[in-house]
Amino acid sequence: MKFLTALIAGLLFGYGLLVSGMTNPANVLGFLDVFGEWRPQLAFVMGAAVLTAAPSFWFVRRSRHNLLGASVDMPDRRRIDKPLLIGASMFGLGWGLSGICPGPGIVLLAGGNGMAFLFMAAVIAGMWLIQWINTKRGS
Amino acid sequence: MRLLDYSQSVAGGMLIGAGSATLLLLNGRIAGVSGILGNVVFEAFGEQGWRLGFLLGLLVPALILGTGIAHLPQTWFLAVVSGLLVGAGTQIGGGCTSGHGVCGLANLSTRSLVATLVFMASAVLTVYVVRHAGAS
Repeated sequence: MKFLTALIAGLLFGYGLLVSGMTNPANVLGFLDVFGEWRPQLAFVMGAAVLTAAPSFWFVRRSRHNLLGASVDMPDRRRIDKPLLIGASMFGLGWGLSGICPGPGIVLLAGGNGMAFLFMAAVIAGMWLIQWINTKRGS
Repeated sequence: MRLLDYSQSVAGGMLIGAGSATLLLLNGRIAGVSGILGNVVFEAFGEQGWRLGFLLGLLVPALILGTGIAHLPQTWFLAVVSGLLVGAGTQIGGGCTSGHGVCGLANLSTRSLVATLVFMASAVLTVYVVRHAGAS
């Protein structure tokens, strides 16, 4: 059941990424290139996604339950610390280099291109590196 | 700019938002792709079913319809450096475009708003340096 509902959610999300055109890194880079020939599409994609999802987040935040009655732990909404700022800066740097973030990165694996696999392997390696460092520090 | 371009952006965005809402309403989970991927790879056991379901769902439409035109990195070096930064950065910052950018903003989270502004600014600066301030 949990698998099935998450699969449906993933199908909507993955299809949405394709429809939006944001699986083409050139469209993402076109948005980020505000000092060049700017292409504002990504802002419309994100705006529409946020507005569509917002009522559900409001509902679950207020009721602390999902539609099936299970209690839901919502993430911290206030904590702004060094890891958040450093991590977001690093992510932006990587995102700006290729125009690929994790969602489209996974979708692009379906195209069977070696570069997509290399990119996602590097993403997992980067995650692993941080986990390894954190374990070594004992945090 | 043609109107069609925006209608596809809005339609795609609404589907992405509907997917995020579905995962929250039915699974009680946040549709943050970097977090889901990281937990699938590094958490040996536990609740993996829903995570695998979501990731499979992301892949299936593209497997059926194809990915369309996609300008992937031109060199393996670029793909590796970019991927490492995306993986490490999302792990440290606790989210990416989907977790902070879509779900966090939909949840009216100041934490996610700050993260989104920072990674957007960082990415814009990166593209500026690469395209306009590079060795030209």
